[in-house]
Amino acid sequence: MNVPTAVDTRFREAAAASGMLDASYDLTDSPIGDLLVAATDAGVCCVSFTPELTLDRLAHRHGSRILRVPRRLVTVRRELHEYFEGRRRGFDVRVDVQPLPSFNRLVLDELTRVPYGEVTTYGALAKRIGHANAARAVGGALNRNPVPIILPCHRVVGASGKLTGYAGGLERKQALLTLEGASLL
Amino acid sequence: MGDVTAPPFEQFYAQHCDRVYRLLVRRLGRQRAEDAFQETFLRALRAYGNLRHAQQLGAWVSTIAENVATDIRRRERPAFPVDDEPAWDSRPAYAELEHLASGLPPTERAAVVLRFGYDLDYEQIGAVLGSNAVAARQAASAGVRRLRKELT
Repeated sequence: MNVPTAVDTRFREAAAASGMLDASYDLTDSPIGDLLVAATDAGVCCVSFTPELTLDRLAHRHGSRILRVPRRLVTVRRELHEYFEGRRRGFDVRVDVQPLPSFNRLVLDELTRVPYGEVTTYGALAKRIGHANAARAVGGALNRNPVPIILPCHRVVGASGKLTGYAGGLERKQALLTLEGASLL
Repeated sequence: MGDVTAPPFEQFYAQHCDRVYRLLVRRLGRQRAEDAFQETFLRALRAYGNLRHAQQLGAWVSTIAENVATDIRRRERPAFPVDDEPAWDSRPAYAELEHLASGLPPTERAAVVLRFGYDLDYEQIGAVLGSNAVAARQAASAGVRRLRKELT
């Protein structure tokens, strides 16, 4: 005899309502593969292309009280769905990048100003945050972007216009830029 | 930090939830096991962030479940007749009331039976129900209204 679904769901939602969770998460499918999305009380803290590897990383970053609570992720799942259907160009959900170093947060904040369907380069982004020589460090911060797609690190490419790199793999980066109708530099 | 750190709570929960549920059903019956299940894992969650190590997590959560089951039975004990209950009648008031009130929702039923069958005050009933005197009074009067409607 296993725990009935209704009892299981009731516990998960009570746990989320109790305020004791470090983060809640859910899984969702997308045209570029299964995604894990997670949120703290402050906002979405993770979008991951490798759901099976992510819980430990989340626990490491936010604390071990991580639980799957689908209802908590309804809004971000809907916005992602709309984005992939081409019906949404920007995200309204709040993000939580609080645990990151301040340089990474600065990079990610500037990144949100790169419009849908356009691309910029690591060097240009470095210049925009006042660290003109830090293109490589900017690349590192983007590589560790915990909320890809929502914070659009796929819109940043190499100086030559090459895609260069993407934590989720270059084919996903290409797919996102194609979806947005971006033309490379 | 100990030798083994606690896994993400989801993994711990997924690994133990069915076994804990079965344990609680054995101790309390299916209906009461549902509340006890939630209480058990909320208590576990509260403590989980401060666990020093991840050894014996199964035994740990079983202990919590046993404690929750004991608490629930202890809270309910006043609902059963005690030794010095005066035996004036072969059919005591609570027996008759329990029969009449059997169609009420559980909380209202308990409040009505405890108030008018056992003559407990609302303070005591609140303690039995795990709430308070005000909630107990409300549950009892809601139950009485519902009974009136059914009996007329």
